[in-house]
Amino acid sequence: MAKKEVDDRFKKFGTVSFTAISKTNDFITFLEQGKVMGTRCKDCGATFFPPRSDCSKCLQSNMEWFEVSGPGKLVSFSELTYGPVGFENDLPYIIALVDYGDYKVFGRISKDIPYEELKVGMGLKAVSNTLPNDQLNYVFTTP
Amino acid sequence: MGRVGIIGVGQSKFVRGYPGSIRELAFEGFKEAIEDAKIGIKDINASIIASAPEYDKQRSPAGVIAEYLGLIPQPTFYIESVCSSSSSALKVAYSMVKAGLHNVVAIVGFQKMSEISSSESQERMGRGADIQWESPFGTMMPAYYAMYAQAHMAKYGTTLEDLARIRVKAATYGQINEKAVYRKEVTMEMFTDPESNISAPVARPLRVGDCCANADGSSCIIVASEEKAKAMCEKPVWILGIGAASEAVNMAGRDLLTGLSVGIEAGKQAYKMAGLGPKDIDVAEVHDCFTIAEMMAYENLGFAKPGEGKDLIASKETYKEGSIPVNIDGGLLSKGHPIGATGGSQLRTIVLQLRGDAGEMQVKDPGIGLVHNIGGVGLYGNVTILGR
Repeated sequence: MAKKEVDDRFKKFGTVSFTAISKTNDFITFLEQGKVMGTRCKDCGATFFPPRSDCSKCLQSNMEWFEVSGPGKLVSFSELTYGPVGFENDLPYIIALVDYGDYKVFGRISKDIPYEELKVGMGLKAVSNTLPNDQLNYVFTTP
Repeated sequence: MGRVGIIGVGQSKFVRGYPGSIRELAFEGFKEAIEDAKIGIKDINASIIASAPEYDKQRSPAGVIAEYLGLIPQPTFYIESVCSSSSSALKVAYSMVKAGLHNVVAIVGFQKMSEISSSESQERMGRGADIQWESPFGTMMPAYYAMYAQAHMAKYGTTLEDLARIRVKAATYGQINEKAVYRKEVTMEMFTDPESNISAPVARPLRVGDCCANADGSSCIIVASEEKAKAMCEKPVWILGIGAASEAVNMAGRDLLTGLSVGIEAGKQAYKMAGLGPKDIDVAEVHDCFTIAEMMAYENLGFAKPGEGKDLIASKETYKEGSIPVNIDGGLLSKGHPIGATGGSQLRTIVLQLRGDAGEMQVKDPGIGLVHNIGGVGLYGNVTILGR
């Protein structure tokens, strides 16, 4: 009997992924296609990032994907000098929160922007990114 | 129903690398509370054990600890909300006493952070937030609070010097608290001295000196119904207000980055229940896991307007002699932060202050005290108001 195929695409997310299986696994396929996607509830219109498969506003599970596009505004950021186990080779790196109006996105700043050039309020866009260990994430860069 | 009173408090010394097991550590805080309350073990009808389980090798520690403390066959419960576990346990104990289910309840908070190796600890720290969407980016607790610091600086012009002042205050009182883990002085100069470890960056803009001291420790709070408290205790301290709130774990789900919404919300609930306001508070313990956390607590609890926390510390109003003394036991920054024990330790400090038993740390004749205890990066928040 053939082994049941497990959809564990989410293990590809980030330098170290702590999740393998999620109903939002398509997020990884979109990243592979160069797109950063959130979800929108088809019933009540609520938008979500990070994407969710279930709506916390109306409790329906009827979602569609939308692309995170256009520049958002940098809300805050920090540069890590120490990292958790598995992230040593990435150091130093900068984490950040960017506001797109209807939703916010948490992620990393692209390596090509030094800490000193970052300013709260500046415009940044999210782009998909392949890490040196072939894992996938997204980073914020100048529009 | 009558009031709920605190009739006994205890705390182990907060140390690095406690030379004993978790049950032995829990015993230290518990024994001191029983002696403080001058009651027997059999007077306790139920226990609540609080810790952050990711640091424990023992699965389901409540039963093991209750047995070691002689608290069987009474029921025991386990409560977890990371760094605010033991103040969450207080709310549960309060509810049990109010409901008439139990009339004397012991809350035992503990954490042996050194139970696991430092690499295991580093691995767990990476899983401190949203493991699906944030941890894969390599997040750490100091970096999240550093983001709050960065946003606070951008909006209000708060400086690294303002933050350093909070640590200098904490260290002032850590030196006179014999139960504190960090008993050394910290000066403003150390924050700008590249030779000093205090100035080393951890997660920019935060430096080593902005971060709390890890420690092993335990705490115990014994609460009782009004009837029992009056019969058993000469100086009960009453729970006047108790508030609790939660927030989105993912930073993307948060609207406020210059304060902790859970501190604001839990504070509002506690003030309303007590029928009191910020001006009525004579002494406070706030959750200063990082210097910026204490700065935000000043503002979120109404001790200062948003953005004016820096003026409060610059004018030394939160020192022992000031108008609103805060963390006169060294706080998490210097006393130490053994996660599951922290809330109970804060409550103990305020109970001692209100009873006039705080020794060298005693604030002049306080009548009303406040405890602000946060779990995770503002994921959970509890505010408790106590009075004589």
